[in-house]
Amino acid sequence: MNPLSRNIKIPLPLAGAGLQLPALLLLLIVLLITAAAAALMGAFPIPALSLLQANLTPQEQAVLHSIRLPRVLLAVIVGAALAVSGAALQGLFRNPLADPGLIGISSGAALAVALMIVIIGPLPGILGLYGLSIAAFMGGLLTSIVIFRFAGLTGASSVTYILLAGIAINALASAGTGFLAYLSDDQELRSLTFWTMGSLGGALWPGVLICASLVIPATFVLYRNAQRLNILLLGESEARHLGVDSERLKRNIIICTAISVGAAVAVSGIIGFVGLVIPHLIRLTLGPDHRLLIPASALLGAIILIIADTVSRTLLAPAEIPVGIFTSLIGGPFFLWLLIKQYSGRFGL
Amino acid sequence: MKTGLTLLLLFIMQPVAGETGQRLITIGGALTEIVYQLEKEALLVGSDTTSYYPAAAEQLPKVGYQRTLSAEGILSLNPDLIIYTDEAGPPAVLEQLKMTGVGLLELKAGRSLADVIDNIKTMAEALDATARGQALIRALMAKKQGLDRAIAAADSAKKVMFILQHRGNTPLVAGKKTAADSIITLSGADNAVSAYEGYRPLTPEAAITQAPDIILITNQTLEHTGGKASLLKAPGLALTPAGMRGHVIAMDALLMIGFGPRIVDAALELHERYSEL
Repeated sequence: MNPLSRNIKIPLPLAGAGLQLPALLLLLIVLLITAAAAALMGAFPIPALSLLQANLTPQEQAVLHSIRLPRVLLAVIVGAALAVSGAALQGLFRNPLADPGLIGISSGAALAVALMIVIIGPLPGILGLYGLSIAAFMGGLLTSIVIFRFAGLTGASSVTYILLAGIAINALASAGTGFLAYLSDDQELRSLTFWTMGSLGGALWPGVLICASLVIPATFVLYRNAQRLNILLLGESEARHLGVDSERLKRNIIICTAISVGAAVAVSGIIGFVGLVIPHLIRLTLGPDHRLLIPASALLGAIILIIADTVSRTLLAPAEIPVGIFTSLIGGPFFLWLLIKQYSGRFGL
Repeated sequence: MKTGLTLLLLFIMQPVAGETGQRLITIGGALTEIVYQLEKEALLVGSDTTSYYPAAAEQLPKVGYQRTLSAEGILSLNPDLIIYTDEAGPPAVLEQLKMTGVGLLELKAGRSLADVIDNIKTMAEALDATARGQALIRALMAKKQGLDRAIAAADSAKKVMFILQHRGNTPLVAGKKTAADSIITLSGADNAVSAYEGYRPLTPEAAITQAPDIILITNQTLEHTGGKASLLKAPGLALTPAGMRGHVIAMDALLMIGFGPRIVDAALELHERYSEL
């Protein structure tokens, strides 16, 4: 980065930079409380008292250790990955409607999963356990690479071209998924539909650890690019004049979001609205500075997904509702309300 | 039949303790039916949404659809043994269950009479009802002999086309290696479609070429389609011999293609209904 750009200060709407740390600290505390509460709630009763006294039956221990803890942790990782990627992409595209789906990860992953379910069928052993996740991850990543390459073919890989290439490739991938859904029988269709609704129910420790080892570094790189994203808000050519290598920035952001969302989608299916709504929520309350937006989005994304997942696994227990339904059900109307409240009386956005 | 008696028990995680006091969950309508036939229904504490027969099974706590189970939901019913078919999933949830040390018994989802007999045998052993299991199997074999005699006495085999679902205007039709193909053969008829395996959408013109005498469908699908008249309005189906004569036979999905302990009854009923047409 050019030394000049380091000196650019973007004022925060809430009483200057002084509020940055307290806000993050508050979110962190809420996250810890939510996670602890979620670990104590579930269809299988685990009394808080016996947990504190370390007096659990072997089965209670097994449920806590191999089912509930990985699941809560996975909610943290996936929620953070989706929200941070949403924030970074909205910054990169300078478009409030950008979300991780835009660079093809969801549609590519869905296509790969449809291929696995409908054409390849159930696999034995370890491949049966992780096959869908691997396919989803590869599919998502491959689609983003294709989109990025296509945008590059136009010469200047401006964000507009990435956006348009994204729409076209997404449509293609959805057509492929639709065709496979058409070929599928009742049961395959049902598995596919449930996958697209997203669920954290399949959390196993190895999956959680692999997911974390992809999401955490990617999130860190996105955070490191926060100041460049701030400068990009001025406009692409303005940012270039201020010494931001916008090509490199684009590549970094897209690769990191693709890896991080790809990992999230691979373990949990498609969970909607977290990537879109959370960054908006933070922007409206704490301001658009990416140095605050990215970590705060990570924390709030984790909090919201833990809550949504806890509701989804307790509301109809012993059965379970896919969590993606909840995030969209709550996210949609909330987003509308936010829009009306924030922008009513203004012309244009 | 001998080959059918191979044990299909894939694994039991734990020897089952205290046979009488077991708390049992079955995943899969056919398996739940077998528990009732073995008269061990008192052990049942839960089942999945595909278990709706006999009527009492509907009252059991439901742990969700067999392919989208939740580990904690199942464990909250405090089971000692979970019996499920290889259709149950997702795999990660089964893995989670394994790690909690709860008793698990995986059986093959029935696709033939031999599968059903194997499943009855395995479950009878696991539930300490061997004598009752043997009696059930003997009764099944006796019924099967009656069925064979009836088929031998009947005139030429009918061509039957099974429609799994009817989306848009294209029926999803059963080919070879499907439960539907199996029950058609068992009932002494021929599957009108032998060109492919599994379920495929069939274009209207191909439906005419296959020329089925009878269209076989589940009650559930027929209801979704809006009844027999609306099914036969579909282009193609109307012009088949079955469509022109209105030869549509509908039966409950679990009974007909669930491959539970009533499978021979289902085949016999189908055979009788073919000859009534």
